[in-house]
Amino acid sequence: MKAEIRKIVVVLEETRREMGREVNPSTRKAVAAAVIRNPFAGAYAQDLEPLMAIGEELGGLLGERAVAALGVKPAQIESYGKAAIVGENGELEHAAAILHPRLGKRLRAAVEKGAALVPSAKKMGGLGTPIDVPLGHKDAAFVRSHFDAVEVRIPDAPRADEIVVAVAVTDSGRPLARVGGLQKHEIKGEDGLR
Amino acid sequence: MLAAIRNPYAGRYEPDILPFMEALNALGLTMAERLLALLGGDPKRVEGYGKGAIVGAAGELEHGALWHVPGGYAMRRVLGDAKAIVPSTKKVGGPGARLDVPVTHINASYVRSHFDAMELGIPDAPRADELVVALVMTTGPRIHARVGGLKASEIKGEDGLR
Repeated sequence: MKAEIRKIVVVLEETRREMGREVNPSTRKAVAAAVIRNPFAGAYAQDLEPLMAIGEELGGLLGERAVAALGVKPAQIESYGKAAIVGENGELEHAAAILHPRLGKRLRAAVEKGAALVPSAKKMGGLGTPIDVPLGHKDAAFVRSHFDAVEVRIPDAPRADEIVVAVAVTDSGRPLARVGGLQKHEIKGEDGLR
Repeated sequence: MLAAIRNPYAGRYEPDILPFMEALNALGLTMAERLLALLGGDPKRVEGYGKGAIVGAAGELEHGALWHVPGGYAMRRVLGDAKAIVPSTKKVGGPGARLDVPVTHINASYVRSHFDAMELGIPDAPRADELVVALVMTTGPRIHARVGGLKASEIKGEDGLR
């Protein structure tokens, strides 16, 4: 099943100053979100495979749109995350079917590599519900400077029979990161953790 | 479990913020113990966890990162050497700001039935010079979980992933 997309929202956040100091280069986060029709709104369905196919499609589409918003090469993406908000006639499990089985594969293709787990969040919500998309380094989950999140909110979604699906990417860690831990230049990038 | 605490670095740039990370260890343990008690007190019943922080307006996003080590350490200790990384989110926000705290299985991050999140907030916090720190624990998978993947019954529990 193809996603029936009502709208796509792309947000770019660029931080140039923090606590009175210049952040140079600026840290940047991009989120691409799609509002789609939930084919299973209002009734229990045992087999959620069609949503898994939609997840695969959106992993590519939203991953590419988010990377394009940053205007960098896929290899320059440093961290990523994903999230979904299910409208009130759906089930939280519908978000799981979109996000987990197949979305990551296409997202990883859009950012090159991606040895690490794609951190995620999901919730039920009405129009204008915000969601914090967690962010983690794409090749080593323990890189402490890249633990972060970005909030996205679409005022007119999700309607009761809709789902908001979001993918976030960055080309940087937090501004003025200085709490130690594994640094990005120390990454081995083999096991997805370190 | 949420706590609203004073941000010792609010309003100024402090290059070395690590001393406060140490200071948060005791709070982390207290919160983890109280949270476990709320869920019945048996660490074996806890299957998922997550953490997060909201920094008040006079602070820096980086101050929220101070919670990673103490929050994670405390839950791992209280739950008896949990293996998986504790997923997290952070943001800067005003009083009443909400945070979606991600949740994953405590011993294997890839257990698909336990990927979840919980929205949290405190109506009067964080004030400008405060931090809200959060810990989340769960006692089971998502309701009606049915999208396959690694199951909790299949965990090897060696690398924290599978």
